[in-house]
Amino acid sequence: MKTFAMVHPEKGAIVYRDRKRFLWISALFFPLVALSGIGLYSLNGREWAFVVPLVLFYGGTALFDWLLGEDTSNPPEELVSQLEDDKFYRWLPILTVPMHFAALILIAGFAGTHDVSWAAMLALALTAGLYSGLGVNTAHELGHKKTELERRLARIVSAVPAYGHFCVEHNRGHHRHVATPADPASSRMGENIYKFACREIPGAFRRGWIAEQERLARQGKSAWHHENEILQSYALTAVLQIGLVAVFGWLMVPFLAVHNFFAWWQLTSANYIEHYGLLRKRNANGTFEHCQPYHSWNANHVASNVVLFHLERHSDHHAHPTRRYQTLRSFPDLPSLPNGYMGMYFVALFPPLWYRVMDQRLLSLPHINGDLSLVNVDPARRSVLEARYSKSLPRAVAA
Amino acid sequence: MSVHLCPDCGYAYDEAQGDRREGYAPGTPFEQLPDDFVCPDCAVRAKSDFVRQDQ
Repeated sequence: MKTFAMVHPEKGAIVYRDRKRFLWISALFFPLVALSGIGLYSLNGREWAFVVPLVLFYGGTALFDWLLGEDTSNPPEELVSQLEDDKFYRWLPILTVPMHFAALILIAGFAGTHDVSWAAMLALALTAGLYSGLGVNTAHELGHKKTELERRLARIVSAVPAYGHFCVEHNRGHHRHVATPADPASSRMGENIYKFACREIPGAFRRGWIAEQERLARQGKSAWHHENEILQSYALTAVLQIGLVAVFGWLMVPFLAVHNFFAWWQLTSANYIEHYGLLRKRNANGTFEHCQPYHSWNANHVASNVVLFHLERHSDHHAHPTRRYQTLRSFPDLPSLPNGYMGMYFVALFPPLWYRVMDQRLLSLPHINGDLSLVNVDPARRSVLEARYSKSLPRAVAA
Repeated sequence: MSVHLCPDCGYAYDEAQGDRREGYAPGTPFEQLPDDFVCPDCAVRAKSDFVRQDQ
């Protein structure tokens, strides 16, 4: 295993080995999980095989998170630049980009050329959407970087699930307004994931479009100019998805609708769990304080972190958005989830269960200490939550 | 003409160069950037957070 090392003038020899170095390669094998249902079906001819990738994604990752546990190790700060420059890490997300196109075309091709039930067709579309959702995660990792190649590839892979506004909206919208009531991509306490999705999906599109419109306006160009990066990505979506309809027929229309929606749902799920209820304070001048480590929910679980390029070290990501995945750090006493993101995506599907797992955990955070005025609360649920929690937790003493 | 740095990610706004992609022409003083300007690379540092390189 590669050793990163240096001799520091004061600290002496500093050595680091990334325990997850070779696990990151598994990103290149995830298409096999997405295609495993088709593979099994061709062996046994049973349609239940199409559900296998969905079970593997949610259940398998959560199970491996439980089995493998957590990894809290961090690279020494002095060696971060060596890790950032290591081409091995840099190329892995890049190599996954063509795989997202290939997986969608292969699954759509299978669906369009085999006589299977509607239930099987639905499972195939959901599976394709699941893997394209990971494409949004790839776009996330690449879109935060400074090289033109990586930024361009982020827009290209966003085209697979028809989410071309993602990079603009996420970088210039979500990161700026995270953990504030105005952010459509930060969920509020008492807001279930279905209500959140109705706010997040259109809100994110609107904010992304406006940000790109403003950037082009500063250049004296129309929002419909060919340099509109959102339209560039959507143009590629049109070529890909209209092409699939042209080749495999009208069946592709509902197939792609389900695929696109379920890919978006993966991002919605991530946004829902990453900042649930967390709130930045207002400064005296009306602006919000900088995003602090306690404004994101984290997980150090190995399996899901490997699947998501360390997305679950979310506090460090928001503190330093341009850091590469291999250098993101864990810190003690951060808001922490009881399982990795995939397990929590599943919990979020059942709002009463989600509230049961998360609400006390949220209110017990040291910087909140039961004070609902320090929580990003769904206004429609505030009175109910105040009545429910006013007596169960000690309130912060007013200064 | 001066250079202003993002204290988080190191993005440099060079007044002489401007930032074509962001729509700021060469020669645009940092002070003339919009009040809601944030770092184009990391978006987590505002105009008031930027540091003049010669300071």
